[in-house]
This record gives sequence, structure tokens and C-alpha cells, in this order.
Amino acid sequence: MTLSRRARLALRLVMWLGLAVIYVPLLVVLINSFNSSRTFGWPPQGFTWRWWQATANNDGVRRALVTSVIVGLAATGIALLLGTMLAFAVARYRFFGRDVVSFLVILPIALPGIVTGIALNAAFTAGGFPFGYLTVVVGHATFCIVVVYNNVLARLRRTGTSLEEASMDLGANTFRTFALVTFPQLRSALLAGALLAFALSFDEIVVTTFTTSPGLQTLPIWIFGNLFRPNQAPVVNVVAAALIVASIIPIWAAQRLSSESSGGRL
Amino acid sequence: MLWLVVAYLGSLVVMFTAAFWRVDSFTGALIRVPTDDNFRALVEQSVYRRVALRSLGVAAVVTVVDALLALPMAVYMAKVASPRLRNLLVAAVLTPLWASYLVKGYAWRTMLSGDGVLNWALEPLGLKGPGFGLPATTLTLAYLWLPFMVLPIYAGLDRIPDSLLEAAGDLGATAGRTFRTVVLPLVFPALVAGSIFTFSLSLGDYIMVKIVGGRSQLFANIIYDNIGVANNLPFAAAAAFFPVVVIVLYLTLVRRTGALDNL
Repeated sequence: MTLSRRARLALRLVMWLGLAVIYVPLLVVLINSFNSSRTFGWPPQGFTWRWWQATANNDGVRRALVTSVIVGLAATGIALLLGTMLAFAVARYRFFGRDVVSFLVILPIALPGIVTGIALNAAFTAGGFPFGYLTVVVGHATFCIVVVYNNVLARLRRTGTSLEEASMDLGANTFRTFALVTFPQLRSALLAGALLAFALSFDEIVVTTFTTSPGLQTLPIWIFGNLFRPNQAPVVNVVAAALIVASIIPIWAAQRLSSESSGGRL
Repeated sequence: MLWLVVAYLGSLVVMFTAAFWRVDSFTGALIRVPTDDNFRALVEQSVYRRVALRSLGVAAVVTVVDALLALPMAVYMAKVASPRLRNLLVAAVLTPLWASYLVKGYAWRTMLSGDGVLNWALEPLGLKGPGFGLPATTLTLAYLWLPFMVLPIYAGLDRIPDSLLEAAGDLGATAGRTFRTVVLPLVFPALVAGSIFTFSLSLGDYIMVKIVGGRSQLFANIIYDNIGVANNLPFAAAAAFFPVVVIVLYLTLVRRTGALDNL
């Protein structure tokens, strides 16, 4: 577009302003985690590692972290299995209600989390399931399946079936073809999907709130429960800062994956 | 396969049936006899109507703010920046999506608090930040969902070939006119696609308003409070109809623009 210099300048200004707005709050949390003042008044009063040490030794945080990791891994595992199977069914076979299935899978992320949450809550209550690990994992799996499904489906559509047919023609049986041909083609898509699924599960709070038991806390639930307690403020701040730092890991991994020419899909 | 149908659809069905039950006010036990009490209360009591309108308002403002911010950002990314810078900018916009949702809410809580950064930065100008309340909630929600608006618009703009814009320019259109008559109609479906995210995500949110909203309430809080505090599952289920109906209406409304292919 032939833009005047003024227009270009204005656009650039909005761009950088937007990025500044995106990153400044996150930076503030990082800086505040070293703030020696207990109330986190701005500007910071002094530098300290004290809160980081206190957090590392905090039992509640540790337990919540372990719970989050277990739930995330379990939900991701289920999602990998079911999401892949679903994607295969939709991509490779024609069957009655195929379009309905592909629409249904998207529902859990299209509807607000609170709707999914109370729907599951109502179902578990009505079915008499005790709330606990199992219900949380089931809740998380419903939306984790979507991301795995999307990634695998996109890959399956792109690769087609000719390589598999060639492998079968050369005498490999179904399992051998899957292990040597299909799976290697899918590997990076599965990784991207798993990464996204784990990240979503790790961060999820709404569905968790409605499917967990009072004693079982994932990290987001712990943060939310302690957010309004002034004496926990330093620990909450450090956990927040640690999560910001940790969010660099999936970005780095996604970069590696996309250099492998895949790129994640939400 | 069956997993999804059973776990998800089954729960939705249970929820919608539960909406017609009621809770015995003395024992707190579920009474599984169909009744439309919940819906009648929702429609007739003015509190719920007010909160519903407020939630729609907040969701609409969030969507408009995000659209106004995202449009110039996306134009800059897609049509002005050099290809190398463009990739960097896309990554920069995407990155915060990996950061935790709660952490971002917490970040705004520290920004907006009494002796937070915002008040400190505005003080020399003789201004004060909005404090906690509805404006703070709108601001935080707009912040949270901004990437969901930028990315579809960017993708939509990226698909418009530069030659089209040059043609408009050659035919004598100014940049402003090219934008209005060529770019905007072409990118409109992408804009609507982004608005689906910002609108429905804002409508279903009850956590940010708790973190930065002070004492104000949005519609999702009604649903949440009826499950957590009042232990009235049927009423919560009935209330959940509202966001679902609004979003389904919105989706059918925008379907004609072709926005759903841009998701």
C-alpha cells in the first residue's frame, strides 16, 4: 500500500505501543518478585532473593505443582490417543455423521469454559462420581483432544496416503507401515499437539474449579486461592514470575518444531 | 470416539435437564421434577437482566477496543514491516498466549493497585489510574484477548495481494480510500472471526472480574456463585443458557460473512 510517511509512522507507533502494553505488565511481575517490600509498592525498594527461597520451600506450591504436572500428563496422554484416532477416522474414512463429529470436537473450545465446567459438574454429580484426579483429568481431556485432533488432522490431510500404499505394496503389514511410515510423518504434529495440550491443561482454571475436590489443588487453583491473601502476596508473585519464565520453554520448543516445518495449530 | 460423545455431549444434556430441576430450600436436596422456576426467575428479576446487559456491554467494549488496536497493528505487521521484522512481530504477539491466564490477571492487579505502576506513571501528569472496577475489568479482558484479534486479521491481510492495493492506488485512490473500499471489505470476515473469540471469551469470564473488578459482577459470576456458594446447580445450569444462546445467536449471525472459515 502506498502510505504517506505520517501514516507509516502512526502505524509503527501503534505497533510498538501495543507490544509495550503486552509486555510491560509481565515485566513488572518479574521485577516485583525481587522487590524487598512486602506490599510491592512501585517503584521497588530493594533487591532480594528471599521470596524465591520462600516459594521453593512452600509446601502448598510444591504439592499444587506436582498435581498440575500429573493432571497435565494424564490429560495429554488421553488426548494424544483419542485425538489421533479421531483425526484418522475423520481424515481417512467416510462414515455417517462425519461432519457432525468434526463440529462436535470443536465445541469444548468454542463454548465458554464455565459452560463446559458446570456441564461436567452436573454430569459427575448426577452419575455419582466422586470428584478427584479422575474427574479433573476427564475435564481437561475434553479440550486437550481438540488441539491434538487439529494438529494431526492437518498433517494427515497434507501427507495423503500414497506413501502408506507404497509401503503396503512393498509387502509391509499394517503395523509395520504405521511404525515405519505413518508415525514418522506424524511425529512433529503429535509433539506440537501434545505441547499445546499440556500447556492448556497446565493453565486451565475454570473447568478445574468445577471438577476438582476441595483437597485437590492444581497450580492455577492454588494461585487463585491465595491471590487475595496479603501475607501470601510475595509467594504468589514469585509463582507468577516463575510461570512467565517457564512460558519461554514451549515457545523455544515451538520454534524448534517449526524449523522442522510443522508449526502448531490451536 | 465415543468418549467425546459420552463425556461431553452427555454432560451438556445433563446440564440442560438439570436446568429444569430445583433445589429444596430447606434441605438443599435436588428435586428432579421438571419446572420452569429457574428460567422465570432469570427473566423476571431485574438484577439478572441488569447483570446480563452489563456483561454484554463489557464483551462488546472489549471487542471494539481490541478491533481498534488490532487493526493498525495487523496492517503494520502485514503490509509495512519487512519480512524479517514481520516474523519477529508475529512471534512477539503470539508469545504472551503461552503465559498463564491467571498470571496476566495478576500482573494487571499489581499494575492497577493503589501504589501500583499505573498510578506511579500517571502521577506526574496529575492523573490517577482507574483502580479496581468495571473499567479495570474491561481493560484486563481486552489485554488478555488482544492476540486472538490480531492474528486472524493479520492472516486475512496477509492473503490480500499487494498488487490489488497498488491497482487501487494507480486508479487514483488515496491510501485512506484504498483502506476503506478495498482492504476493509476483504478483511472483514477475519475481523469478525477475531470478534468471536474476544466476545465469547469475555462473556464467559468470571475470574478477571474477581481479580481486578472490585465488587462488580458479571453474568458468569452468577453461574459460578450458584454452584460454589449457593449450591444451586439447577439455577446455575439455567443461567448458563444465557451465554450459550447469545454465542450461538452470534455465530449464526456472522456465519453469512464467511467468518467461520477464518477461525
